[in-house]
Amino acid sequence: MKYTEEHEWLLPEGDVVIVGITTHAAEQLGDVVFIELPEVGTEITKDEEIVVIESVKAASDILAPMDGEIVEVNTALEANPSAVNDDAEGEAWFFKMKPADPSEMDNLMDAAAYQAFIG
Amino acid sequence: MGDLAVTPLYDLHLELGAKMVPFAGYSMPVQYSAGVMKEHLHTRTQAGLFDVSHMGQVWIDGPSWESVALGFETLVPQDVLGLQDGRQRYGFFTNDAGGIEDDLMFARRGDRLFVVVNAACKHQDIARMKTGLPSDLVVTEVTDRALVALQGPKAENVLGVFHPKISETRFMDVFDVSVLGHTVWVSRSGYTGEDGFELSMPSDAATLICKALLADDAVEAIGLGARDSLRLEAGLCLYGHDINATTTPVEAGLKWAIQKSRRNAGSRAGGFPGSDTVLAQMDGNSIRTRIGLLPEGRAPMREGVALFATETSDTELGQVTSGGFGPSVQAPIAVGYVSSDHATIGQTLFGEVRGKRLPVTVTEMPFIPHTFKR
Repeated sequence: MKYTEEHEWLLPEGDVVIVGITTHAAEQLGDVVFIELPEVGTEITKDEEIVVIESVKAASDILAPMDGEIVEVNTALEANPSAVNDDAEGEAWFFKMKPADPSEMDNLMDAAAYQAFIG
Repeated sequence: MGDLAVTPLYDLHLELGAKMVPFAGYSMPVQYSAGVMKEHLHTRTQAGLFDVSHMGQVWIDGPSWESVALGFETLVPQDVLGLQDGRQRYGFFTNDAGGIEDDLMFARRGDRLFVVVNAACKHQDIARMKTGLPSDLVVTEVTDRALVALQGPKAENVLGVFHPKISETRFMDVFDVSVLGHTVWVSRSGYTGEDGFELSMPSDAATLICKALLADDAVEAIGLGARDSLRLEAGLCLYGHDINATTTPVEAGLKWAIQKSRRNAGSRAGGFPGSDTVLAQMDGNSIRTRIGLLPEGRAPMREGVALFATETSDTELGQVTSGGFGPSVQAPIAVGYVSSDHATIGQTLFGEVRGKRLPVTVTEMPFIPHTFKR
């Protein structure tokens, strides 16, 4: 598992990468009430806003962690956004993407580095 | 906390695991460990304890009740003179244009008037009263008492431990209760849509009293986050958002708070700032109206979302002034202003969220029925 400074986790699965937000991020957001996911097939560019997530407090954007293409989205999440608060790093993944350059994963933080990052 | 003021309950908030945020110059609890959603639902089903000590508490004294009441009537469109001893009313200060300068609660205690105003407006409100009221009235800010709200269906049972005749009181009654030897000024009111009480207590006893209330299994401490979602579901106005110096009481749907005696043909009609404008609107129509809105999808529509008649119309009808997710409604809810010809209940409008026009239905408020003990 790798992590971004935007509090996303990335888990490689074959030639695709599963992306979600960390438990730490979910705690900071508070109760999640709305999620809007990108469409399958969307070409995405690193740092582009691709997911909208709203908690009872505020709206936030989730940024694309790398260049690539969306190959699957977790549509169950749109009907049950609170899953993010229950299991952010498991069941509540957001989307699967095929990275343009899989080696970009190497530049991301590992668990120890992310733990240090959030303090 | 830098320049931020703290309430007498600050240490208790930290002890209870509150997340503190700056609000109206105070460091206030926005939520505790349970989070906004659980705190909200707990208040609707059990009882919630809210620190609202940042709000202003003010006494107005004068030579007689008549002088106090008629003096206060020069600043507000409410019937003050007709208020019975031990009763409270909702009201607001108006300006010369008929806009609302702040909303407030006022209560008659004998010949005195006790006024509670919003934290963000309290300094200007006190200045307004000191300069605007007749010179024989004395305005005194209460600075040695905390103010907390105990709200929810179990609130009566909880406070009943200290006041055996609590069930004989009703919505908007004000009375004293002795709690652990301290005199608490109680009003049966609040701002959640639930039955409940607001309790003004000596600052140095506030932590003790609040801990005694929290010792009841039904009571949890509730932060400002849930206070906002509770009042939004109850269709109650948040000053500075749903009402402000440019919105009139008629536009805001607050006609009900202007009693007959102050309306045209009333015994003391007008005589408050902006009364010509407000009373003309009472008899006719206002150009815009505050409405409730139910977004059809799951996307919340927050303050600032522009409202349109159709998916393509270029003409903005108005904006959302408060909005979010209603934990008890289990759906997004919003309040906003639109031109009055688009304010019909059941009408579909469109709110622009992140560049997309999403359908929203004009609906009656409150979103959740009030449970006041009238």
